[in-house]
Amino acid sequence: MTAPAAPSRPPRRLGRLEPSAIAGVLVREIINFSSYWRSVTFSSTVEPTIYLLAFGFGIGALVSKVGGLDYVQYVGTGTVATAVMFASVFTTMFGTFVKREYQHTYDAILSAPVDTEELVTAEVLWVAFRAGVYGSVPLLVAMGFGLSPSWGMLVVPAIGIATGFGWASFGMVISAVMKSLDSFSYVTSIVITPVMLVAGTYFPLDGLPSWAQVAGRFNPLFHCVQLVRHAVFGWHPLADLGHLGALIVFGVVMWRLAVWTTRRRLIT
Amino acid sequence: MTTQTPVGSALRLRGVRKSFGDVHAVTGLDLDVPEGTCVGLLGPNGAGKSTTVKMLTAQCIADAGTIEVLGYPLPAASKSARAQMGVVPQQDNLDVTLTARQNLIVFSHLYRVPRAGRRDAVQRALELARLTDRADEKVTALSGGMRRRLLIARALIHRPRLVVMDEPTVGLDPQVRQEIWALIDALRTDGVSILMSTHYIEEAARLCDTVVIVSHGTAVAGGSPADLVTEHAGAEALEVYGPPAVLAEAERQAAACGVTTRRTGTSVSLLRLDRATGPLPEGVRRDPNLEDVFVLLTGEEIA
Repeated sequence: MTAPAAPSRPPRRLGRLEPSAIAGVLVREIINFSSYWRSVTFSSTVEPTIYLLAFGFGIGALVSKVGGLDYVQYVGTGTVATAVMFASVFTTMFGTFVKREYQHTYDAILSAPVDTEELVTAEVLWVAFRAGVYGSVPLLVAMGFGLSPSWGMLVVPAIGIATGFGWASFGMVISAVMKSLDSFSYVTSIVITPVMLVAGTYFPLDGLPSWAQVAGRFNPLFHCVQLVRHAVFGWHPLADLGHLGALIVFGVVMWRLAVWTTRRRLIT
Repeated sequence: MTTQTPVGSALRLRGVRKSFGDVHAVTGLDLDVPEGTCVGLLGPNGAGKSTTVKMLTAQCIADAGTIEVLGYPLPAASKSARAQMGVVPQQDNLDVTLTARQNLIVFSHLYRVPRAGRRDAVQRALELARLTDRADEKVTALSGGMRRRLLIARALIHRPRLVVMDEPTVGLDPQVRQEIWALIDALRTDGVSILMSTHYIEEAARLCDTVVIVSHGTAVAGGSPADLVTEHAGAEALEVYGPPAVLAEAERQAAACGVTTRRTGTSVSLLRLDRATGPLPEGVRRDPNLEDVFVLLTGEEIA
């Protein structure tokens, strides 16, 4: 080893964030992904297929139309939102906990010139991207069940990424706050399951008690469901701006919380 | 990144304190690592060594005191400092699902090795770790010694000016330890500044230009291994063997003539014989060592 040289020029920055630091963490994720993409792709394809078979043909036999849509189309578009949420929130909840507590991956990364904010941002971006892409698979499956293709479907991955960003950040918050993996069961029961059900995914909110309808409006997943349906069946510009705004607010708030809680956990 | 101030020391700590609740891990630590030297932080488990290392990467923030790494004040300019330092952790945190080469590629990105030099940097690191023939095997297939060498190579991927090693050979068998020592020695020869925490006496004595003995979170002595021994243990030691009654009598006799003693399991060591004011017990004369100094200064036995 010979004497090293100091960095030749100051790095580019994006506010407080250094893109090259985020890129470094993303490279790690992408290389890691090359070792497990098959299993992720398998489960991301098979699970929505089973859901659509069960709900589409099972309940669909009892309910022909919901909100003017064939039930299989209704569920097919709704399942995108739940797939995005599951792919993002569980990946960060469990994944970051394991990386932090058992593999000590974050200790290694933070020894390099990467700070917690960049680490969290990169992790969340990666998971959101994955969730957005894989979360769109139910649409492809639904096409096999009769959903007609439309140009708006091309926007669905972007909606998934925007939604996944918030849920991935939420997962990181939970991971940073909880002391053990066992505690995640509480979050799944108290937060994830109600959120999944009160989002207009499998049935419309209209039939719920009024308080549940109001609560549903505050559910980020509801806004994702609405955006996906409108992307597929026709935009409602003003309402969709509102849905997008809700997802952005959710994402930004959760991202900042994820940075704050993760920093408290990693930096003593 | 923050502007760097001129440096004489690669590392400089003054009055650093860190507590975790009622546990005072570091209690006013002063430490210098002159550029191009290897400094050993020698202390038993719980002496505050790992906390100190964590403070150098700003993963642990000091309650009081000042820390400068390569001229950058911490924690404010920690990121700038980390860009020019490498860290070898005590705990293996390699990506086990990746190969040796992939681990190095990841860190070449994290340390911003320029694209044009990335392939060479990875190859050089593999050669340094002597893992070129195992480069494309998963980390799980590597032995403990190989993984440790890979951890060191990973910390050197960007040619750092300072390397911080936390117990680099802990848990390794003697043969692998020798291999790691050779690697560290080569780094030292090449002029890289090194701070190495250890609780192995021999490791500190063989590799370090300066040894700082820490106990209960503070430095109790520092200097070259030879100087520390001469200053604190004298030129010669006397080892008295025998049953407990004989050892007790030797201790009484030593105390009567002002000589310091150290009880090991089966013997009593008498140190600083030059201060003896009376007759000494019968025993075997030997050279004093760094372990004697450590026990004298801290009252604690060490591995």
